[in-house]
Amino acid sequence: MASESGTISADRLSAIRADFPTLSATVHGEPLVYLDNAATSQKPLAVIKRIEDYYRNENANVHRGVHSLSQIATDAYEGAREKIAEFIGATSSREVIFTKGTTESVNLIAATMGFGQIKEGDEIVVTEMEHHSNIVPWQLLCERTGARLRVAPITEEGELDYNEFQILLNERTRLVAVVHVSNSLGTINPVRRIISDAHGMGVPVLLDGAQAVPHMKVDVSALDVDFYCLSSHKLFGPTGFGILYGKEALLEALPPWQGGGDMIEEVDFSGTTFNELPHRFEAGTPHIAGAIGFAAALEYVESIGYDWIHDQENDLLHYATSVLSGIDGLRIIGTAPKKASVISFLLGNAHPYDVGTVLDRMGIAVRTGHHCTQPLMKRLGVPGTVRASFAFYNSRSEIDQLAAGLERAAGMLG
Amino acid sequence: MSAQDLTTKANELVEEFALFDDWMDRYQYLIDLGKELEPLDEAFRTDDYRIHGCQSQVWLQPVPGTGTVSFKADSDAQITKGLIAILLRVVNGQPPALVAGTDLAFLDQIELKEHLSPTRKNGLDSMIRQIRLYAGALAAQSTRTDDN
Ligand SMILES: Cc1ncc(COP(=O)(O)O)c(C=O)c1O
Repeated sequence: MASESGTISADRLSAIRADFPTLSATVHGEPLVYLDNAATSQKPLAVIKRIEDYYRNENANVHRGVHSLSQIATDAYEGAREKIAEFIGATSSREVIFTKGTTESVNLIAATMGFGQIKEGDEIVVTEMEHHSNIVPWQLLCERTGARLRVAPITEEGELDYNEFQILLNERTRLVAVVHVSNSLGTINPVRRIISDAHGMGVPVLLDGAQAVPHMKVDVSALDVDFYCLSSHKLFGPTGFGILYGKEALLEALPPWQGGGDMIEEVDFSGTTFNELPHRFEAGTPHIAGAIGFAAALEYVESIGYDWIHDQENDLLHYATSVLSGIDGLRIIGTAPKKASVISFLLGNAHPYDVGTVLDRMGIAVRTGHHCTQPLMKRLGVPGTVRASFAFYNSRSEIDQLAAGLERAAGMLG
Repeated sequence: MSAQDLTTKANELVEEFALFDDWMDRYQYLIDLGKELEPLDEAFRTDDYRIHGCQSQVWLQPVPGTGTVSFKADSDAQITKGLIAILLRVVNGQPPALVAGTDLAFLDQIELKEHLSPTRKNGLDSMIRQIRLYAGALAAQSTRTDDN
């Protein structure tokens, strides 16, 4: 059907696809068409090899041994922190806390802010388009402290209703916690404006960047954001690893969270003193291979370049939007003017589960359901959606296959 | 009713599905079977009868008083509904003790077993567990009645 667009070289795309072994998998005897990148991305060989290399040649516990191998592992691990700090534009690697992922990063802040910083009557502002991981930790915090969760509404198109958001900011607001890019709709939130308006009221801002960093360059210093959370696995790195970025002064003001090895300075039964940032928030043996693998993923992303990623994904998003809009009865959910390469939709009256099942038989992987955003689905009055989410390694021909698959599904399920 | 009937019914289904050599036709047939499923009264499409934890909603109503296993069920997803139709066709009318112990292995032969995985989140795995549970309870009840 369609050829690759003029701006994207087909040679470059096939070279890039060859970097990702999983992209050559077959499903039900069909070549895999992987359009579930918002759930997790595939991993390039550079990451797979780096992790293998670490376990083969450098494996030892970090921060503990006098022996050489431990030093090598520690250097690689702390080197990864430097790389990550540079990648996201942190002023220092002390501001980069290693976590299990976005979920744990949000939980860390919600838990530690509950020890004195957030009290009864205080307010935390989120939006209707948050992932459960940026809702439930705040609900738990509110239950514990008597604080109140305020929810900024969205429009029919799936954009933040900015006026309503502004009205919610008041002298009781202690934190604004907002998703940078919506995983269900693709909406890119106006985070610069949010940060500047919140700061105008003296309120810090936490951004859930899980779906932003795979698509765009994020510079935490330029944004002046206070806390930024992300997951390695959505950015071509290993699962079980992620980042909490926090401004140093704000992190310093938070009490320790989990206790254990590595986070202490000195332990005594009469009282324990705690390690410095960032280690104060990293109890126990960490995911060493995760950090090292993630640094390799960031190097890989740099080798591709966000400019190229942006152009390619933009092309895919527009192409998919126009192709899918041409399918009878298909309704796109989430039509904000500023979107990342995510398309949620409903196919006539067909249940998303049925659509996903039929597509799967054709080797096409999409996500169906509520995407961990049940309040958003309720707000939009849909039980769930089918979601296709694209990475820079996807092609227009895969979108053609999706469209053909949807036509067949519509025929069966109509 | 006996084990023979359950096996016969299962074999019938295996044979029907064997007529199709293409997965699309098999799925189409499955969807058609779902459309023929005896409707579940709206009164039973409630939370009390819902199987929880699934993407597609599944409601299961045990029909009391027949002595044999008898269920009505429904789903908001067509493929799930088709699978329900298949399951009910095999278990309805069977002696409870038999249903409580059956492994429904025939589903393997019609290449639909993948849909019954507990990780699939379509509720079928939970539905089968519920069916076995009800059947087990019914069997225990009838043993007690026999003793009297
Ligand atoms: C917007 C958003 N926030 C948070 C998360 C949670 O990320 P993780 O499961 O990696 O902790 C996700 C991932 O599904 C997401 O899409």
